[in-house]
Amino acid sequence: MQNLIFLAEGSEPTEGGHAPENPLGFVPVEAALSLVVFGLLLFLIWKFVAPRFEQTFAERTQAIEGGIAAAESKQAEADARLAELEKQLADARHEAARIREEAREQGAQIVAEMRESAQAESSRIVEHGKTQIEAERQQAVTSLRAEVGALATGLAGRIVGESLEDEARQSRVVERFLADLEASNGTTSGSVN
Amino acid sequence: MFGTTMAASGGEFVAPGPNSFDFSKQALFHIGDTAVTKPMVQLVLGALVVFVFFYAAFRRATLVPGRLQFAGESAYGMVRNSIGRDIIGSHDFIKFVPYLVTLFFFILINNAFASIPGIQFPTFSRASMAYALAALSWLIYNGVGIKKHGLLGYLKLQSVPSGVSPVMYPLLVPLEFFSNILVRPVTLALRLFANMFAGHLLLILFSTGGLFLLEYGGIGYVAGPLAWVLAIAISFLELLVQFLQAYVFTLLNAMYISGALADEH
Repeated sequence: MQNLIFLAEGSEPTEGGHAPENPLGFVPVEAALSLVVFGLLLFLIWKFVAPRFEQTFAERTQAIEGGIAAAESKQAEADARLAELEKQLADARHEAARIREEAREQGAQIVAEMRESAQAESSRIVEHGKTQIEAERQQAVTSLRAEVGALATGLAGRIVGESLEDEARQSRVVERFLADLEASNGTTSGSVN
Repeated sequence: MFGTTMAASGGEFVAPGPNSFDFSKQALFHIGDTAVTKPMVQLVLGALVVFVFFYAAFRRATLVPGRLQFAGESAYGMVRNSIGRDIIGSHDFIKFVPYLVTLFFFILINNAFASIPGIQFPTFSRASMAYALAALSWLIYNGVGIKKHGLLGYLKLQSVPSGVSPVMYPLLVPLEFFSNILVRPVTLALRLFANMFAGHLLLILFSTGGLFLLEYGGIGYVAGPLAWVLAIAISFLELLVQFLQAYVFTLLNAMYISGALADEH
């Protein structure tokens, strides 16, 4: 460095007296340096800068386009899902309405059946009562007939004053009396019936 | 800078001139016999800044960009889309994007050095550096055209206008050849160089002139500060010019390439 500066100082006097250089003049060193420096910078930018920027631009374009496509497919998927769900919902509503209708019909049917069976039961009970009453009446008639016979023979024996000890005679008299009674009773009951 | 020292010592204002752009006597250091001057260092520094910026931007590149990555992508994308794709067309622009991006940011940073405190010198006000870039542009757009159409086909494309009666050819063909093949690199280089050169000269003039007026006294107490205010205004104008020149240089490159790739027009 010291040498260089010394050199510079040493070279000065030889140029000192010259007229100022022409600003348009050609200085080969400067032109060459300009070309070399520009060439190096061009090489660096060609080799390293431009490819990286172009790559980034391309990637960005791709990312944006890919993003748009992805969003579109997501949207379509969501639309399809929504349509499906709406269809399912409509089906479910339909089903519910159907089930409600069915239940109502079944309910009405059950009520009708119950009413019918209750009716049958009540008429059965009434019928049963009637037969029971009839049987009891029959039984009463039978026992009455025996009692009335005994009473009547007792009474008649006492009135007539004659003992009707004899079994056969007594029975004959009672039978005859009852037959008479029945005949008269038959005409009256026949007229009632 | 030179103006101030001269003014202080001589007592008479020395307007800034081409001297202000001559660093040959102010070498920072030497490599062999070659004097390394400030603009040369700036050139290297500019390239470093551009690469470090882009490197840092893509170092941890993710799909969702961070702040720095977003800045890098916006810068890259601006040149890629608004210059590359819109001018060259979506068919073959992609292989020219690195060239256009490098060109734009390399020139932009080197122009911006004119306004960065501590540097304050536009690199491309050294004409030779602009010549080099213009020469490279010339090689590239012609090379691309020749590769696509063949040498004769390309010369015909650039020199023979279509839709014109052949009677006019003797007049038009040399003119077209001259304007499309010969003049383009010259205008490219001179446009960049002259804008940077003039802007910097103007700034030096207003700032050193302002100082001289202040030292002169009298009406200079009013005119000096006024000159500095103007210098500040011109600095902002220069910021615009720096961007515009980088943009125009890159845009014209894209248009030349697109013209060279065009099918018969």
